[in-house]
Amino acid sequence: MKRVYAREEVCMGCKLCEVYCATAHSEYPLDLVKAFLKQKMKPLPRILVEYNLSISFALQCRHCDEAPCTKACITGAMQKDSVTGIVSNDERRCVGCWTCILVCPFGAIGRDNQGHKVASKCDLCSNVADQTDTESFSNVPVCVQNCPNRALQFMDSVVEGEE
Amino acid sequence: MTLSMNTPDFLIERNRERCINCQVCVRQCANEAHGWDAEEEKIFSQDALCVNCHRCVTMCPTHSLSIRKFPLEFRENANWTASTMKAIYKQAETGGILLTGMGTDRPYPVYWDQLLLNASQVTNPSIDPLREPMELKTFLGRKPEQLRVINGKLAEALPPQLELDLPIMFSAMSFGSISLNVAKSLAQAAETLGTFYNTGEGGLHEDLYKYGKNTIVQVASGRFGVHSEYLNAGAAIEIKIGQGAKPGIGGHLPGEKVGVEVSRTRMIPEQSDAISPAPHHDIYSIEDLTQLIFSLKEATNYEKPVIVKIAAVHNVSAIASGIARAGADIIAIDGFRGGTGAAPLRTRDSVGIPIELALAAVDSRLREEGIRNQVSLVVGGSIRNSTDIIKAIALGADAVYVASSALLALGCHMCQKCYTGKCNWGIATQRPELVKRLNPEIGAERATNLLKAWEHEVKEILGGMGINAIESLCGNRLMLRGIGLSDRELNILGVLAAGE
Ligand code: SF4
Ligand code: SF4
Ligand code: SF4
Ligand code: SF4
Repeated sequence: MKRVYAREEVCMGCKLCEVYCATAHSEYPLDLVKAFLKQKMKPLPRILVEYNLSISFALQCRHCDEAPCTKACITGAMQKDSVTGIVSNDERRCVGCWTCILVCPFGAIGRDNQGHKVASKCDLCSNVADQTDTESFSNVPVCVQNCPNRALQFMDSVVEGEE
Repeated sequence: MTLSMNTPDFLIERNRERCINCQVCVRQCANEAHGWDAEEEKIFSQDALCVNCHRCVTMCPTHSLSIRKFPLEFRENANWTASTMKAIYKQAETGGILLTGMGTDRPYPVYWDQLLLNASQVTNPSIDPLREPMELKTFLGRKPEQLRVINGKLAEALPPQLELDLPIMFSAMSFGSISLNVAKSLAQAAETLGTFYNTGEGGLHEDLYKYGKNTIVQVASGRFGVHSEYLNAGAAIEIKIGQGAKPGIGGHLPGEKVGVEVSRTRMIPEQSDAISPAPHHDIYSIEDLTQLIFSLKEATNYEKPVIVKIAAVHNVSAIASGIARAGADIIAIDGFRGGTGAAPLRTRDSVGIPIELALAAVDSRLREEGIRNQVSLVVGGSIRNSTDIIKAIALGADAVYVASSALLALGCHMCQKCYTGKCNWGIATQRPELVKRLNPEIGAERATNLLKAWEHEVKEILGGMGINAIESLCGNRLMLRGIGLSDRELNILGVLAAGE
């Protein structure tokens, strides 16, 4: 399957990917200003930029072939789609027990404590497409589209043994 | 501590109705002009630290930022202008030479803008470059007095030539003054375009050897990174005598920019200042120059043309004549508007002459002396667009060198702070977190696009003149007319006035 890969050598740690991801997953997916200033709950990014001095890269869910979070989830909210391979969290079923966070080997799942507690994670923009109804979103994830330095790439697996 | 009289140059304006407090500006400004006030949960800015490089403005996702000239006014005075007075305050505080970067910003006349081009009407047809062939191929190097052909073949081998698919090359910028990612971008662009980039005096980084056939290697007064492999790696060798932005003085790369890679490439200790002396200590006459030219030719088996680069100064035509006679294959002349990574402000703004006048004078002199065929002429020093190129070639250049325009294509915003090493665009810096802001893949694309666009424009305008090969334009000053110039200037430029 296609995943998002970071190119550390050209990631400049600007966090624009976080800004656009948070917006795309907010109540105003196409309006940065409203998403951040009007929406009551702070929009949260599902991609996280890790940085230390000159080293920086953006990390998000790897959509593992044998996803530990889906196995650990106590309610079955975390599922891997058998067709697309996308691991996503059904936020209506999620009870906020954080078991998935404990088992994720990449630390790619965040907590959303505002309102109903839910595990917040990358869905490869699969839900963004429905919300915005725009063609462009359906193909390439928002973070990849908005990275100003091509530090994120959406492509077929580069890791051996990964599907 | 005493009172500083320095006031900010720029004012940072933030539209609070649009700012989403994402802190992208805070992370992007290496001058630390923006900060995050955690208590107020708000961004704050310090105008005095801003150099107006537009990095934050360009990166802000909600376009909340704008930079203006700081509105503070002094009492109006045509003689004591704000910049003159502020320079004095600064020097009174530091006791030091004023430093700056890029080419002069003084309002000197730009002769390119006072030259107009011709076009065909009725009596000679213009050419449509989209339908008919149009040749921009250019060969740089010494041309023989005559060609002898025996059995359909040249009797004597031609001296070594540089073959350019378009008459534009990237001029010298050293690794050290610019980042490795700039060099990678330009090297890749030169390869794609079929032209050359120039190492400057910084040596050739090991990652760049693969671009050798598109590389001009420079030998300057500091002789940094010069060894046999280096000389043989490039397609031509350039001896740098002078630079348009700072004729008569050398260079100084501060130790803090000499990291592992720069140190290995330049063959000097890490963190040591790299000082290029003002003169070459083995060149005190034209005869000495001959010796260096031929030493370099000998070292490279007479297979590579040797370029001698000088700054445009008062006696430039006599100097160029001497260089041609000294055995150079190509003379590169850098005008006083040429850029630099660091130069004393006063030198940059007052030393040297405009490239347009220097070029016309040199071309005329070499023709008069009957030695124009012995050298090719390359000019640089603020070539800003495709018509500057056409005008330069019509005035007598064979090709042009561009650097500032290339850096602009890569993101430079002419803030003139290159010497601080904190270039927010990842260009004039060695700080790894800033260098990675320039993705060489994107840089190469942008530099290639710029030259491709210019190539199209040059072809279009040549066609309009009824010319189908750039070589037929070289020195064809009848294609130029001057406007708003004195008789003396027209005379030096060797062009008629508009209407004549
Ligand atoms: S937007 Fe791109 S360059 Fe900026 S932090 Fe994200 S991945 Fe890195
Ligand atoms: S980058 Fe723009 S929106 Fe983000 S904090 Fe700065 S000014 Fe505000
Ligand atoms: S120096 Fe550049 S990045 Fe910093 S505030 Fe000024 S314009 Fe913005
Ligand atoms: S290279 Fe960088 S520091 Fe120099 S003028 Fe351009 S943007 Fe400013």
